[in-house]
Amino acid sequence: MTLEQSTLDELAEIAGRYPEARSGLLPMLHLVQSAQGKVTPEGIEACAEILGITPAEVSGVATFYTMYKRREVGDFHVGVCTNTLCAVMGGDEIMATLQDHLGVGNDETAEKRDGDAHTVSLEHVECNAACDYAPVMMVNWEFLDDMTPQKAVALVDDLRAGNEVHSTRGPRLCSWREVERVLAGFPDGRADEGPSAGPASLAGREIARERGWSAPSAGASAPASGSEE
Amino acid sequence: MTDTLTPVLTEPWGADRSWTREVYEAHGGYAALDKALAMAPDDVIAAVKDSGLRGRGGAGFPTGMKWSFIPQENPNPKYLVVNADESEPGTCKDIPLMMANPHVLVEGVIISSYAIRAKKAFIYIRGEVVHVIRRVQNAVREAYEAGHLGTDIHGSGFDLDIVVHAGAGAYICGEETALLEGLEGRRGQPRLRPPFPAVAGLYASPTVINNVESIASVPSIIGHGADWFASMGTEKSKGMGIFSLSGHVKRPGQYEAPLGITLRELVDLAGGMREGHELKFWTPGGSSTPLLTAEHVDLPLDFESMAGAGTMLGTRALQLFDETVCVVRAVLRWTEFYKHESCGKCTPCREGTWWLVQTLARLEKGQGSEEDLDLLLDQCDNILGRSFCALGDGATSPISSSIKHFRDEYLAHLTHGGCPFDPAASTVWAGSADQQEVTA
Repeated sequence: MTLEQSTLDELAEIAGRYPEARSGLLPMLHLVQSAQGKVTPEGIEACAEILGITPAEVSGVATFYTMYKRREVGDFHVGVCTNTLCAVMGGDEIMATLQDHLGVGNDETAEKRDGDAHTVSLEHVECNAACDYAPVMMVNWEFLDDMTPQKAVALVDDLRAGNEVHSTRGPRLCSWREVERVLAGFPDGRADEGPSAGPASLAGREIARERGWSAPSAGASAPASGSEE
Repeated sequence: MTDTLTPVLTEPWGADRSWTREVYEAHGGYAALDKALAMAPDDVIAAVKDSGLRGRGGAGFPTGMKWSFIPQENPNPKYLVVNADESEPGTCKDIPLMMANPHVLVEGVIISSYAIRAKKAFIYIRGEVVHVIRRVQNAVREAYEAGHLGTDIHGSGFDLDIVVHAGAGAYICGEETALLEGLEGRRGQPRLRPPFPAVAGLYASPTVINNVESIASVPSIIGHGADWFASMGTEKSKGMGIFSLSGHVKRPGQYEAPLGITLRELVDLAGGMREGHELKFWTPGGSSTPLLTAEHVDLPLDFESMAGAGTMLGTRALQLFDETVCVVRAVLRWTEFYKHESCGKCTPCREGTWWLVQTLARLEKGQGSEEDLDLLLDQCDNILGRSFCALGDGATSPISSSIKHFRDEYLAHLTHGGCPFDPAASTVWAGSADQQEVTA
């Protein structure tokens, strides 16, 4: 596969966002992944050429960050949080259940069976900043909150079958490569999908409303307060 | 007397389309920006200083003082960088904030940049939260359209551009100098300090790096006044903060309260621990802050009281574990995390976290001997204070604090020949009948 000219133009466009072009390297590598499904030698060389650095320097960066993949992941890259809190709340059991169900180890892609619309890969992830929804899973870096082994199995079955799946606090799930393009700084126009917040995010706010609690009032104008639903 | 909970940042969450400029402005958003632009930049810095706001990313350094360290006579451009790389285990406040109300962050960035005289600001968001990135990208776009960003903002003559930058998976980039390396397109390894970023940060230019919640607190401080902010909290830990409850509590979630609230108050609000169980150990501010136990629930959750108890307030990431949880298992898992996330730059952390995992894993399996506890503490001693950055220090916190509070539990692994706990008892679905079929 060869990088298209339009991708090369976009890589240069990313570099142009910054006072110093090399600052664009992380989003540029996200775009390479979007275009080619992984960090390819060709993508590394393209970034190096645009930034005027060596391919070895680009490789050094690409190998440091866990989101950059040297092997292709599935259309849907499934992460299970197994950091302490999620692990204890059931993440370990979810991970074991999915490994068994998909027949894969950590960081592997399940075989595409006859009739599967999409492929699924599985990886254990570190804390993804959603501990109040533990155990948490991620699919293509969208939140799947309050998971159980049964829900996890149904989720990957739906993904493989091509059924529409929505993030619990986000949009309809799209492919890993589409998400990588957003991370490169090219919005997909889907910011308005999904809710404002999940139930746990609103726990304290709801209690405050029930009890009539608020921050002290101030004489000055109140930015972003006193909202009504 | 201030109310027990004081929603300010969390107040607009949950409102229909709360993430849009239209809704934010309908509730008074961007009014503080006009007020700030009518002030001299130094007066904005003074207001933030007077408010007593201390950094909400863990370290608690006074925000206004950080801003005042920017040498304005330095001819290089000044930069503001928002640390939105929320990754400390247990910490989960900035992500919902940016998801529900990205405009309060954008308005905070504009006011803060005006104060330190930066014309370019960066929001560095961890890559693994794409919907949060969508919402922040969208808010920045909307702010440009409304003239809140770009040139001659609100006719003030002040220019500002914001770049939303996605990281790529590295806990270490939450460390501010490692974040700068990432933002410069390099491996995220921390820099030697001094020089501090205020003098030589991004592109060796004067740079302020602030946490999301710190910057998001700025519009309310300017809007309501420094005294308003300082009327909440304790003497040296002022203002409101988001407390994140997770784990074996009935109603986990985000609770915004004045600093100084106690864990007992928060757990009561959250309906108590799950039915039939009691609190065993907890982190006050993420896994890098030494563990506390049920005897510490009445301590004020502020910077001073936590330091007095030998721990840190950190990010107010309150992870609560009940008596079904094996502390050795919990600590081993955190230690594996630090080993995985060690950037490899310095020997004490790179090699030390590896050895910690070896020693702990053996103990957890019931192998080894009591002397291994002293060996662990000795290993911690060789990492704490000897590492290049705080990651190594943080790696030792769960180990040394758990040995202090739960030495007998480590020994029980040796006498029991393995872990005496049943991990199934700790799960959310423990005891539910349908689950047992799946796992049988």
